[in-house]
Amino acid sequence: MTYSSVLIQFLNGLAGASTLFLVAAGLSLIFGVTRIINFAHGSLYMLGMYVAVWAAEPLGFWWSVPIAALAVAVFGAGVEIALLRRIYGAPELLQLLATFALVLIVKDFTLWQWGPEDMLGPRAPGFSGAVEIAGRPFPEYELFLIGFGPLVLGALWLLLTRTRWGTLVRAATQDREMAGALGVNQKWLFTGVFALGALLAGLGGALQIPREPATLLIDLSVVSDAFVVVVVGGLGSIGGAFVAALLIAEIKAFCIGLGFSQLTLVVEFIVMAVVLVLRPWGLLGRVPAPARGAGGAEPPLEAPSPAAIGALLALCGALALVPALSAGYTLVLLTDVLVFALFAVSLHFIMGPAGLHSFGHAAYFGLGAYGAGLLLVRGGLPMELSLLLGPLAGGLGAVLFGWFCVRLSGVYLAMLTLAFAQIAWSVVFQWDAFTGGSNGLIGIWPAPWLSSKTAYYYVTLALSAGGVALLWRALYSPFGYALRAGRDSPLRADAIGIDVRGLQWAAFSLAGLFAGVAGALYAFSKGSISPESLSVPRSVDGLVMVLLGGIQTLTGPLWGAALFTWLQDAVARGIDYWRAVIGGVVLLLVLAFPQGLTGFLRRRSAA
Amino acid sequence: MTVLAVRALSKAFGGVQAVRQVSFTIAAGELLALIGPNGAGKTTCFNLVNGQLPPDAGEVEFLGESLLGLAPRKIWRRGVGRTFQITATFASMTVRENVQMALLSHHRRLASVFSLARRQHVDEADALLARVHMRDQADRPCAVLAYGDLKRVELAVALAHQPRLLLMDEPTAGMAPAERSDLMQLAADLARGSGIAVLFTEHDMDVVFRHADRIAVLSGGELIANGSPQEVRADAAVREVYLGSYA
Ligand SMILES: Nc1ncnc2c1ncn2[C@@H]1O[C@H](COP(=O)(O)OP(=O)(O)OP(=O)(O)O)[C@@H](O)[C@H]1O
Ligand SMILES: [Mg+2]
Repeated sequence: MTYSSVLIQFLNGLAGASTLFLVAAGLSLIFGVTRIINFAHGSLYMLGMYVAVWAAEPLGFWWSVPIAALAVAVFGAGVEIALLRRIYGAPELLQLLATFALVLIVKDFTLWQWGPEDMLGPRAPGFSGAVEIAGRPFPEYELFLIGFGPLVLGALWLLLTRTRWGTLVRAATQDREMAGALGVNQKWLFTGVFALGALLAGLGGALQIPREPATLLIDLSVVSDAFVVVVVGGLGSIGGAFVAALLIAEIKAFCIGLGFSQLTLVVEFIVMAVVLVLRPWGLLGRVPAPARGAGGAEPPLEAPSPAAIGALLALCGALALVPALSAGYTLVLLTDVLVFALFAVSLHFIMGPAGLHSFGHAAYFGLGAYGAGLLLVRGGLPMELSLLLGPLAGGLGAVLFGWFCVRLSGVYLAMLTLAFAQIAWSVVFQWDAFTGGSNGLIGIWPAPWLSSKTAYYYVTLALSAGGVALLWRALYSPFGYALRAGRDSPLRADAIGIDVRGLQWAAFSLAGLFAGVAGALYAFSKGSISPESLSVPRSVDGLVMVLLGGIQTLTGPLWGAALFTWLQDAVARGIDYWRAVIGGVVLLLVLAFPQGLTGFLRRRSAA
Repeated sequence: MTVLAVRALSKAFGGVQAVRQVSFTIAAGELLALIGPNGAGKTTCFNLVNGQLPPDAGEVEFLGESLLGLAPRKIWRRGVGRTFQITATFASMTVRENVQMALLSHHRRLASVFSLARRQHVDEADALLARVHMRDQADRPCAVLAYGDLKRVELAVALAHQPRLLLMDEPTAGMAPAERSDLMQLAADLARGSGIAVLFTEHDMDVVFRHADRIAVLSGGELIANGSPQEVRADAAVREVYLGSYA
């Protein structure tokens, strides 16, 4: 690389860092005060893009930017007042679920309002040309962005340190009870912070439109980028977000500049991994107070009674009889239910007993699916062998990612799992030559003797039921108990010689392996796979199943999987905007039962 | 025989010097009480000994080997059991299951995936619970226990690994006076019967002076006295900063 191309790449990186910083700063700010991880932050960014493109046509680019930012801020304030305010006391997971429901709703709103096509934005008047830097043309607009990021950082710094409101925000970030005791009107402080965070996201989106078209896919890719930045910089640290955005954007720019654009996402992952190993709470993050465990928050996991075991065996028997009574679509749907039951149980295995809240479990489902598909299509293995060996891809992925994940807990863990899933998705999505890219792989059919719907149904039933039985059995083994011990009180577990991290890693890997089995079964049942099988929405499907059924119950994930799969099938076939419908249902459930369905039922039965 | 030797141990939290140049030893079968006003650095000393916190300076030697740099679980394996000032138990499990966990760890059976945890080491767990008078509550969930009972469960858990050194941080908090004496008598019996070295903190001076073989007094992170109960009672410095009217 010549000196001038190094300089140009460096400047490109700076420009990219600015928008990344805007989004990450908003996310970090909102988390700092409200303790809510705003999954919908990328959706706010997307909304900012669309509103800006839409407003730019009549009003021009420079008017559209503040209008979009303000519109998104107003929307954010509305969301805070109507929704978040009601769930600040709810368990963290339900809060995340609620913000994910928002993702679905915003996506469908955007689709309904602006259609499925990407929308190209205008150029920025006054900055549409290029200047010569080191003998090469460099877009003026990039220069504008390079200046704008530090400007926003400075403005935020002034706001937080020089105004009364900023002092309150910092007080609330450090100690919420104390801020409450000082007589801070928390309600409006929270609304204000959320609106400010939304404004930053909307602004980031609006400023991006001269650089790239508005697309419906941007929401999750932006939010996972922002998660990586926030985790690297340290949760709740604005300065950390700035440093991390710079670091990551620069590294990405140089990857592209050196001709390794495929590597950008993997590089992001490596940066995060290195930072997390060296400084688990981010570059400028503070070490959180040591967790003493939930202390009585989690109810016991009752062993199933002989009658319950009998009922489950009877259920298996009944499922085995279904092909005799019905064929065709029922079997296809039931095959799906069985696949997702195993997927949900494998997620529950780490979420419930181990307390590892994974938001990216689909990564292992998808890796299992691709593992099986690739062994068959590219490896030329027989189908039976592909089905058996494919899940190892899920297991190995979980071994690799899990090593990092179990070093964190709570929201850090949730974000990291999500980021890994997004990275796995991007690799599959971009690697056209090997994975088929966005088209996926086709021709993944079962061997002839399994090709009938009935035969494949039996295979699925056997493997799913077997997998569920093994995982459940493990929950009551010393291993499963030790996982619960580590969740209940990491302090006590450590003090009696339990290697909490090691066991969690093993559990994460095991769960990944079984998710991989589900994925491999899924691949052969559809005959094809696409990157969607490891996309973030698929991860969230799993979460919804587990949470619907009840996280601290044994059989909950089964019922959750059955209900959700059936619902999705029924709704998706009948309604165009099914995502919004599902998001709406989830929101209503969260608002109606902020302690979760099982929490609600438990209190009802206790009363 | 010296079980634990602590030398010139120091630890600061930001500007607060929680522990400053503290040295003491405990012999097998000895009960050493670590006393001092609130915030004197007692719990911090415990955390430094069992690996919860890394010291800024100093040495912790257990049975002649340094414990520095080892994780709490490794230190536990070498024979250091501990109870916490704020009890730490597994709230989603029963009393017996809590002890079974410690026993499973003791027998290195935690990686077992197919056996049923509930059925393991039941008799051994019940025997331990009987020692701390919790046998009759073995099937209750830990989440519903009275505070004093949780302290007893912690003791049973700490004993599961047959420790050579027992660290008890305010073991009798939350108990009635008669129960306190009872529990400390149990600790004393353990020390004398099995040669366990016991280091404990306690705010109840009756308990301290009745049961401790030796008393070490911390104040502001510094060890200001270390001797027999009579010596400590007579110590002018101790009277001034701590014992006040009690002495
Ligand atoms: N993790 C920590 N971070 C910051 N300061 C700490 C921490 N732990 C203890 N301290 C401080 O160190 C000093 C000693 O605390 P420590 O808990 O060891 O006292 P103690 O003697 O056990 O008191 P008590 O009788 O109240 O239990 C106190 O000033 C305390 O505020
Ligand atoms: Mg203490």
